[in-house]
Amino acid sequence: MSNDSVVVPDTLGHFGPFGGRFVPEALMAALDEIDDAFHKAILDPTFIAELNDLLVNYTGRPSPLTVAKNFSKYCGGATILLKREDLNHTGSHKINNVLGQALLTKRMGKTRVIAETGAGQHGVATATAAALFGLECVVYMGEEDTRRQALNVARMRLLGATVVPVTTGSRTLKDAINEAMRDWVANVESTHYLFGTVAGPAPFPELVREFHRVIGKEARQQMLDRFNRLPDAVVACVGGGSNAIGIFHEFIPDAQVRLIGIEAGGDGVETGRHASTITGGAVGVLHGARSFVLQDDDGQTVESHSISAGLDYPGVGPEHAYLHHTGRAEYRPVTDSQAMEAFQLLSQSEGIIPAIETSHALYGAMTLGKELGSDAVILINLSGRGDKDVETAARWFGMTE
Amino acid sequence: MSKIHEAFARARSENRAALIGYLPAGFPTRDGAIECIRAMVAGGVDIVEIGLPYSDPVMDGPTIQEAVDISLANGTKIVDVLDTVKHIASDGTPTLVMSYWNPIERLGVDKFAAEMAAAGGAGVITPDLTPEEAAAWNVATDSNHIDRVFLVALSSTNERIATVAAETTGFIYAGAVMGVTGARTSLSGAVQDLVARTRQASDLPIAVGLGVSTPEQAHDIAQYADGVIVGSAFVNAINAGGAQAAQQLAEQLSVGVKRS
Repeated sequence: MSNDSVVVPDTLGHFGPFGGRFVPEALMAALDEIDDAFHKAILDPTFIAELNDLLVNYTGRPSPLTVAKNFSKYCGGATILLKREDLNHTGSHKINNVLGQALLTKRMGKTRVIAETGAGQHGVATATAAALFGLECVVYMGEEDTRRQALNVARMRLLGATVVPVTTGSRTLKDAINEAMRDWVANVESTHYLFGTVAGPAPFPELVREFHRVIGKEARQQMLDRFNRLPDAVVACVGGGSNAIGIFHEFIPDAQVRLIGIEAGGDGVETGRHASTITGGAVGVLHGARSFVLQDDDGQTVESHSISAGLDYPGVGPEHAYLHHTGRAEYRPVTDSQAMEAFQLLSQSEGIIPAIETSHALYGAMTLGKELGSDAVILINLSGRGDKDVETAARWFGMTE
Repeated sequence: MSKIHEAFARARSENRAALIGYLPAGFPTRDGAIECIRAMVAGGVDIVEIGLPYSDPVMDGPTIQEAVDISLANGTKIVDVLDTVKHIASDGTPTLVMSYWNPIERLGVDKFAAEMAAAGGAGVITPDLTPEEAAAWNVATDSNHIDRVFLVALSSTNERIATVAAETTGFIYAGAVMGVTGARTSLSGAVQDLVARTRQASDLPIAVGLGVSTPEQAHDIAQYADGVIVGSAFVNAINAGGAQAAQQLAEQLSVGVKRS
């Protein structure tokens, strides 16, 4: 943890024209409390030592950097390096943020955490930390997502969490966040909203980023130690955008390193059935911050579509909107079928089953590698493992009995 | 004096709190909403709040969520909300819109304020906009001479109440519960303290809403606040008995808001 960020939000949480706080007044005191606790904690050596101990001895950090020699041939021969967040305890990058916020919850003296989850990875990580720290845990999950990520629902319940299927709206991540915010407003005295991505009202985009920056810090050092160079590009999938911000951030000052976020293209951006918020959305306010939003002319949120529950969200973190706005990062869509192609190729060429979310980034690297040629070095954030997706994938590839 | 301040002054002269009634535009239908709001006014509602239906109403409980879903399924657009305002305001009723922020920003902050003024609207309540993010909105509402109403909450510090009070015009909306809209059987005594703390910061009328549904609750609040806001109870009444039931509820509540 350090305070040398290149892009620090201002004191009201603005990233240029994006971010801020658009919330009911009832939540302002709680957001101030979190902001205060967070900024004190990251300057407190005791907190940092406690968090680092958990990251090393509980999560299993640092995560390895794997050279994907076989997968390289699908990427124009470019050197492909995988930052293995799938090997973290609970199977994705989500645990980094969750452990940080669970420690904060204890410091604030709160006894209950709530969380939203799409793919279930953040829900599983939150349920895990709640079990570890003895916190009551309620996870809101869209009913549609409880069906397509049934394995993770079972994991959360085994860990002692209450999973509430949300039946309003599109019954996906967006609606799970709505329900979690309603719970929070009513129970803010006892409850911390353990927000799972770099979206939401300030200070969440900054706070979640800081807890995930370890990904990029490790990866950058691993590049220098082992290859004596930086990558030409860093590629990550973007739903809300937490794993992407986590790996991007340390490379922002390295102007020669391209940062490429891959959004979920669903059936194709041109069909209107997608979750490519930056590529196909417009500036607006959703879930407490100004960013890009999939919306109609009246400002009503338009439902997103993606095979990946974790990317199926009509908003995106405000810092991504800012990185797009300044041109420092690029954002591209990858469709459901392209992502599933990459899912299969990585599984069969490297023996690594990636999450469907992550598979979007893998396909993005396949395209980019062909553009850049065999001299290129591409770092991919392998943000999660695909165990939770086997049923969806088996159905997609017609492998079910 | 603005229409809103006239309504509060009239209520005060009659030794009662003003009764403020909420209904989403387009519920139960576009014309049905106009009919129901007129029935509420006939029953004694002094000031009308017309909800602008939004896809992600994080401040609303199940009753208003369902009403808003029906309205959106009916195809309600911002233009229909403004048309509803025009109908009610043309009767001489002080009429506000309550809207989440994104539809206003999407239409254009200046354009929304100008169209509200053109429709005869008196002001806009923005439950997810705090003064910190409201610089452009303050200019737009001032230049179009409509009121902007921000909220104070039970969790607001005195410092935050002062910030909200400094930017609000028309009246201050004091949230009676920590939570979403919807009828509650009992309200916390802390709301009286919130109103007292807000009075220290502002001379504006203070109206209490969120969770208020019965004449008894209205009566309790009327003893210390200038206005009583009721929303979900009107939606429930309309679900049960249409415009007639809404009028009856307004009649009961308008007895409730008398000071004893």
